[in-house]
Amino acid sequence: MITIDLNGKSTRLDADPDTPLLWVLRDTLQLTGTKYACGIAVCGACTVLVDGQPVRSCTTPLSAVAGKKVTTIEKVDAGRVGKAVQAAWQKLDVVQCGYCQSGQIMSAVALLSQNRKPSDADIDAAMAGNLCRCATYMRIRAAIHEAARSLT
Amino acid sequence: MRRALITESNEIRIANESRRRFLQGAAGLTLAVYLPAASAETATSAKVPGGVTFEPNAFVRIGTDDTVTVFAKHLEMGQGSYTGLATIVAEELDASWAQVRVEGAPADAKRYNNLFWGSAQGTGGSTAIANSWEQLRKAGASARAMLVGAAAAQWNVPANQISVADGVLAHAASGRKATFGQLANAAAGQPVPSEVKLKEAKDFKLIGKRIARKDSADKTTGKAVFTQDIHLPGMLTAVVAHAPRFGARVKSFDAAKAKSVKGVVDVVQIPTGVAVLARDTWSAKKGRDALAVEWDESAAFKLGSDQIMARYRDLAKSPGLVARKDGDADNAMSTAARKIQANFEFPYLAHAAMEPMNCVVRLNPDGTCEMWNGEQMHTLDQARVAGLFGLAPEKVFIHSLYAGGGFGSRANKDSDYVLETAQIVKAINGSAPVKLVWLREDDMRAGYYRPMFYHALQAALDDKGNPVGWTHRLVGQSIVAGSPFEQMLVKDGIDAVSVEGAANLPYQIPNLLVDLHSPADIGVPVLWWRSVGSTHTAFSTEIFIDELAAAAGRDPVEFRMALLGKHPRHAGVLKLAAEQGGWGKPLAPGKPGERRGRGVAVHESFHTFVAEVAEVTVKPDGSLNVDRVVVAVDCGVAVNPDVIKAQVEGSVGYALSAVLYNQITLRDGAVEQTNFHDYPLLRIAEMPVVEVHIVASAANPSGIGEPAVPPLAPAVANAIAAATGKRLRGLPIASDLLKA
Ligand code: FES
Ligand code: FES
Repeated sequence: MITIDLNGKSTRLDADPDTPLLWVLRDTLQLTGTKYACGIAVCGACTVLVDGQPVRSCTTPLSAVAGKKVTTIEKVDAGRVGKAVQAAWQKLDVVQCGYCQSGQIMSAVALLSQNRKPSDADIDAAMAGNLCRCATYMRIRAAIHEAARSLT
Repeated sequence: MRRALITESNEIRIANESRRRFLQGAAGLTLAVYLPAASAETATSAKVPGGVTFEPNAFVRIGTDDTVTVFAKHLEMGQGSYTGLATIVAEELDASWAQVRVEGAPADAKRYNNLFWGSAQGTGGSTAIANSWEQLRKAGASARAMLVGAAAAQWNVPANQISVADGVLAHAASGRKATFGQLANAAAGQPVPSEVKLKEAKDFKLIGKRIARKDSADKTTGKAVFTQDIHLPGMLTAVVAHAPRFGARVKSFDAAKAKSVKGVVDVVQIPTGVAVLARDTWSAKKGRDALAVEWDESAAFKLGSDQIMARYRDLAKSPGLVARKDGDADNAMSTAARKIQANFEFPYLAHAAMEPMNCVVRLNPDGTCEMWNGEQMHTLDQARVAGLFGLAPEKVFIHSLYAGGGFGSRANKDSDYVLETAQIVKAINGSAPVKLVWLREDDMRAGYYRPMFYHALQAALDDKGNPVGWTHRLVGQSIVAGSPFEQMLVKDGIDAVSVEGAANLPYQIPNLLVDLHSPADIGVPVLWWRSVGSTHTAFSTEIFIDELAAAAGRDPVEFRMALLGKHPRHAGVLKLAAEQGGWGKPLAPGKPGERRGRGVAVHESFHTFVAEVAEVTVKPDGSLNVDRVVVAVDCGVAVNPDVIKAQVEGSVGYALSAVLYNQITLRDGAVEQTNFHDYPLLRIAEMPVVEVHIVASAANPSGIGEPAVPPLAPAVANAIAAATGKRLRGLPIASDLLKA
């Protein structure tokens, strides 16, 4: 039995500790906002926050997050930064197919939580691990700047 | 002339009314699929929240709570179709944008056929807005007329004194007002008007304006439901062991280890491999990895990419089937003052949509079947699944969900992943609903690639540098041969989508010959990939025309313009892109050692005209930055300019991945790539600044999901040539090509 603080709630899980957090979220808990796209930590679609840090849940075993604070897209709006990022994403209509966007938003929230005024180079570095096949990158960049503005 | 529509058992063939019109895109394809007893399943009215209210036609429903629901007959896979389709309805209805919601329409070809595809329902060829334009304007206008009729009757005033705005009807003289919701029930009793007057463009309130996408909120909060997200009671998740080579079959397998994996419920053989069914995805994957399968490769395809290309080069030495012939190109070549030639090579490409293909199928006790899918080919998939289960097509109900990208992969001519799901359900006798999950590796190696192609071009110039002859020979597999689309798209042996963009070269050259080889013995399944034939024909033709300009010592824009006299829309976008892109003005120099250049390309696909001006920087180590791309687009009436802008931005990024990285290669018939580490996609730092300029137009809208893809690669290639003098002869760019 492993206990994690999931989206502000203490959650006990009896899944195999080796199971990637992604599949515990998606299949066991049916929190399907976090997406599978590569399974090998190269695309970022499965990004969640673990103690505020962006983590690829597809290669993170459940055991590695025991006792930690896990935030997913479903509750990222509980924080000010999460709200600002979602609002900016909506204001600029960033999404196309939308499949990568939960991961993009989680990475952007992690960036803005640590750096309230990211430069383009900061954005390139923080978002390098999040692929978007629809190539919404121009708007992702603009929305991060927009969210940063709204947070000051 | 409508050709016969043929179906034998479950073989579906699609026949054409006019192939030429299809090639002309928006002018109207008629593609007819005959389905035995394909009657309408009126599923929309079966699941109405809060009771049925006013549903004047198949596309609009108005609830007493003032919601306006628009039923989208087309898939939303990122291209903004839900938003665009709803905009058209809301405009004529005079609804407020906030009260409009969108729902995917079910499979029902009688009501939801693609009007360019005759009696088949489906999405593709950038047709969603184009074929729906008039239909949805009328749908919105007739709903409005019925609401007005209801108000006129209730208020006892003449209909022509009633105004409608933002979902409210008003009679100024009496001061009476009512919302759509308040009139919904009464409107349902009004006769459906046989004719309605549509708005004039000057009165548009939504069309042409920046209005918000309808899917933004759900897609930024994790609420949007994709097929991958479906969980049904008792559902099993299937992961499949697929053959390592195309055409291989299961010889034998040992399921013992797989079955001992916790969570695995069953292991079954299906025509495409061995499926492991489990309570969850991870267990299914572990079970699949534990399977031991022996494959029968006696009929497998075993050539490598190099061998295939060698064969194509060989084929190109002899004449192919003629796709276009003007004048006498051979004579022009032999008598020319100057001759230029170039060959181009293109790899297989995977679509690599972010959501790997997946599908959910359930057989119900009442003899119906339900399917959950990012559904792009409703009629075809419905018929195939029905055929497998021995059901009438209307017994297969399709829940159309958001798709995490498609780019052609979901419009599978053989219904590959859909049918695979149904095969698994069949193998377990329908005992549980099944979600098939293709892992990324399955998706990457599943075939149905953009075909490899080889192009050989020659041109003749007269002594003043004017082009007087042009020959273009293409070698590559036919996408539609042997498929339900063959009858419609193959004429005299020429697959129209192999030569689109080449056979309709817009440049005025008196002697022109385009011919084609379509080798039929290559066992790699191929498919349309965002912009189809134009993915390769725009590249070769737009680089080659640039080379002719250079040979003539003329400016590439001016040279093209001089040959575009009969194609004003090509000329229009070319001129606009050149102006906005600062054509002719010097580029800001790069850092020491960097070489910079600007290049242009123009291309028409799916009746939309696009010109792009690219600026590149080539670094001393040979790496390439595409800094800026200025795009001019003529897609007729711009229904939602911001969605158009987004599609152009995304198309540039999508196309750039193929310029820099993408190729699927085979070794002894086995696909070498597996995942994004060896099939890389563009990353944020590599995304150029894209500027989009839309030509003001009153022409009927044409598509925008694909047409900005084709010009990107040649524009970049021409910019590279301007910077370095090196001409690209294929894609992706070889890593050492641009070293200083
Ligand atoms: S699914 Fe985890 S990084 Fe791609
Ligand atoms: S929006 Fe489609 S993959 Fe990013």
